[in-house]
Amino acid sequence: MLEAILSAAACVAGIGLICAVVLVVAAKFMAVRENALERALRECLPGVNCGACGYTGCDGYAKVLAEGTEKQTNLCIPGGDAVSQQISEALGVEFQNTVEQVAVVHCCGDCDHAVQKADYMGVQTCSGARMLYGGQQACTYGCLGKGDCAAICPYDAIYMEKGIAHVCAPKCVGCGLCVKTCPNGIISLIPDTKREVIACSNEERGARARKKCTNACIACGKCEKICPTGAIAVEENLARIDYDKCIACGKCAQVCPVGCILSADRSGRHRFSEVQ
Amino acid sequence: MIRDLMIIIFTAMLVNNYVLVKFLGICPFLGVSKKLHSAVGMGLAVTFVMLLATAATWPIHTYLLTAFNLEYLQTIVFILIIAALVQLVEIILKRYLPALHRSLGIYLPLITTNCAVLGVAKNNITEGYELFIEAMANALGCGLGFLLAMVLFAGVRMRIETAKPPKCFEGMPITLVSASIVALAFYGFAGVIDNMLL
Repeated sequence: MLEAILSAAACVAGIGLICAVVLVVAAKFMAVRENALERALRECLPGVNCGACGYTGCDGYAKVLAEGTEKQTNLCIPGGDAVSQQISEALGVEFQNTVEQVAVVHCCGDCDHAVQKADYMGVQTCSGARMLYGGQQACTYGCLGKGDCAAICPYDAIYMEKGIAHVCAPKCVGCGLCVKTCPNGIISLIPDTKREVIACSNEERGARARKKCTNACIACGKCEKICPTGAIAVEENLARIDYDKCIACGKCAQVCPVGCILSADRSGRHRFSEVQ
Repeated sequence: MIRDLMIIIFTAMLVNNYVLVKFLGICPFLGVSKKLHSAVGMGLAVTFVMLLATAATWPIHTYLLTAFNLEYLQTIVFILIIAALVQLVEIILKRYLPALHRSLGIYLPLITTNCAVLGVAKNNITEGYELFIEAMANALGCGLGFLLAMVLFAGVRMRIETAKPPKCFEGMPITLVSASIVALAFYGFAGVIDNMLL
């Protein structure tokens, strides 16, 4: 009797002991050597893992910074200048201003201007509406108006008005969740120091696009001609801005005959303080 | 020999599907099947751990517990071994295969004490596989069956997302109802292998 109890206990204890020893040895010899600098940098970052810096989450960004392959300390958009400052101090390099990003919607076909081809009664989401012949608007490129982007925005920076999405720039931190969510892919991030946005995504020829929406880009090329830096090019029947060249002069918005180039102050919290 | 192994694999995968016929491992089945990507990740992780667990528990049962007449310690010893094994695998993956660790990593601790994994280890004994390779084939079949169920159900759930069930059925109720219908479909496999053998 006693022998049975002892042998059972010895068996379980023995296996447990062996497992424990193996685990301890493994943890000792195969521990991932974490760089102290990398850990310090990781502490500076907000830990949201949004990917706005272009790396796989905060860990990824901290890693390339510590290795020295990434020199820019201002890539963390949600963290802004405060984080850039901390990273610069940890690395001992010069502080770099963060170029904040802001989301913009490339569609201005609200219900006063866009032709409706049907009355959609199904599931009230953009992805649902898109499945049925590309949504209720005649234009299948533009905003579907069911607010998937507004629903996913963690900062309530997107609101729906007259059937299309609008971004409230001061609230937007440029995380890019809406960009990934929009089924038509009409939201993008631009540097918030820029003012001009092509508010149309229709790639059809001018006459056809105009029949579907009176605000649609007709690819006339006026903006292309007036742009002093050559930042605008009309490709595939749609004007496109190269923000590396754009100087935010606003001339394109003035000449656009259909008014699909919007010019407005999109600076978030950041540029506002610089101006002051 | 190969024919026997194939029969074991397909029996475990389709006829005795752990999720849909034996109702083991329902928690990850309902919890992680919302997106196809994570469903595949979970399915692969479970398959991997089932194979590892069998590789460790079958020899220990056969050469240690049976030899000392300690079969009644099965459950506790198996839990101990599987938990330690999964931890060890995680450490090794983290060190040598960080990419795989990132994709499988979050699922591994979740399945340390999963009943489907323990179920495979115990069923290998109760179903009386005499050869090590037979037990491994059974584990592979169970894992693939789990993966299959996860992938199928992820597809079903994507359809449910855009469907409009009555208000009282929204969320978990309609998920459980559709899971039962998928399970019903799998009962169609009952007896298939027996007929093949005739």
